[in-house]
Amino acid sequence: MDKIPILRMGAFLLVSIQVDLYDRLALNLEADLVQMVNKTSAKGVLIDISAVSIVDSFMGRIIGNIASMSKILDAQTVVVGMQPAVAITLIELGLPLKGVHTALDMEKGMRLLRSMIDDPEEDADEDQTIDDSITE
Amino acid sequence: MTLSLSKDTIKVSKEQDVVFLKNRVKETAVKIKMGLVNQTRLLTACSELVRNMMRYADGGMCLIEIVSSGRNNGVRLTFTDKGPGIPDIVAAMRDGFSTGKSLGLGLPGTKRLVNEFDIKSKVGEGTVVTILKWANG
Amino acid sequence: MSQKTYQLLQNKKKNILELWMKNQLTDEGLREDLISNDELRNQSEELIEALVGNLSGNNFTNLESDEWSPVIEILGGIAITRARQGFSPRETGNFVFLLKEAILEVLQQELEDPKALFAESQKINRLMDNLSVVTFETFIKGREEVILRQTDEITEISTPVIRVWEGILALPIIGTLDSARTQVVMENLLQEIVETGSSIAILDISGVPAVDSLVAQHLIKTVSATRLMGAECIISGIRPEIAQTVVHLGIDLSNIITKATLASALAYSFKIMRLEVKKIGTVSK
Repeated sequence: MDKIPILRMGAFLLVSIQVDLYDRLALNLEADLVQMVNKTSAKGVLIDISAVSIVDSFMGRIIGNIASMSKILDAQTVVVGMQPAVAITLIELGLPLKGVHTALDMEKGMRLLRSMIDDPEEDADEDQTIDDSITE
Repeated sequence: MTLSLSKDTIKVSKEQDVVFLKNRVKETAVKIKMGLVNQTRLLTACSELVRNMMRYADGGMCLIEIVSSGRNNGVRLTFTDKGPGIPDIVAAMRDGFSTGKSLGLGLPGTKRLVNEFDIKSKVGEGTVVTILKWANG
Repeated sequence: MSQKTYQLLQNKKKNILELWMKNQLTDEGLREDLISNDELRNQSEELIEALVGNLSGNNFTNLESDEWSPVIEILGGIAITRARQGFSPRETGNFVFLLKEAILEVLQQELEDPKALFAESQKINRLMDNLSVVTFETFIKGREEVILRQTDEITEISTPVIRVWEGILALPIIGTLDSARTQVVMENLLQEIVETGSSIAILDISGVPAVDSLVAQHLIKTVSATRLMGAECIISGIRPEIAQTVVHLGIDLSNIITKATLASALAYSFKIMRLEVKKIGTVSK
């Protein structure tokens, strides 16, 4: 059965989705990822969807689920590299992915995760991509 | 007036058929030079509808047509199933309504992604959903 | 059309052409600036050739049938080219009207029997009228194409995405925002965000005359899509009148970062990016 590889890098888990997800693959990813977060006590999950051309309500829900489940296990989730067409479609579909953090690319996503972990006081409910606050 | 220029019927009963159908829809959209964002809207709408068909009716048929009206071309998809049907279409078209433990964005969300949306359903007989996306617009 | 008249017109093709050319060259509407006389003659000759060749049949009204398609094609081609070259409708129409006159004149010279002359002239009249309608239709279509292309161009050039700083994009919107235009604006902006890796986009609406609920909805959609991609979108250039309408219409912009001017949006972006603008040479003691 097809599986999407989950890589471990320090306290983070990296997932790069290179194919268009079909339902079962997405469900497997959800299950595997939550298991991995628990097993490795990861602090952050980075999901790269730059190669994904379609995200429908089901996939959107899976992404939301992963974020919520990881949060319960004390890990933050950042989705990186969403294509413009996918972003527009998700908004029109009515799925703004509230509670999921986003970043433009892996590097920025990693920086965002670090800042969230270093500064746990930060309001995690807001989609914030830029390092952190303006209080300097 | 909308003219139909080509027709293609695909049977959907297994998960592989879904992948095949999506590829066909994409090819058709590319053929009429639909922009990337509209392609994505069409394919996402197709994805939503085909999932409904698999989940509630165990599969069905999809008719892919290239249609033309004046200077604009478009893709029309007709999903026909022999499933249980939808008792209350008005409710099913409301955001947040679901009988299948989903987010309930399927039908109303799909409608927002396409130019034309039509649904007919009879309890016990099945459901027919037709969507149309123009290449421009 | 009788076989006799057909033969006659076939034989007199040269005469018709000469007569027609003479009419065209002496016509007030001759546009030597747009088309050379040689080219005009070639066009005319081609059309007569196709037209006269088609007169043997009896079909003079249904121009959509296959036998007429070569003539329609030639005429359509001429009309479209003229529309693009900037001929006036009158000049284009005269091209066909003068041909009608030339044919009728030849018929008049050659046909003795007034009854036959009248019958054949009627047919030619009907046919040439139909052809001029086709010419006008095609001409207008050609003009419409020009307009549509210009519309596309305007949409394209009126949405420039500017890199104001490393990581900061600005998009000044000028003119009315409708659905189609917002679509282009949104797509361009998001694409540019990906290409430049910019984490902040400023949408300046100081050039937008009015904001109604539909425009506001489009703006909110653009901001939400930007956030999904992992960038932030600031809306600047909100005039007091627009702030008033927005509140009166009950539109909720509280989730969107709004600034009065592009300058303050830029200052805000610098702050987020922890950049500072300093005057050099000021010695602080």
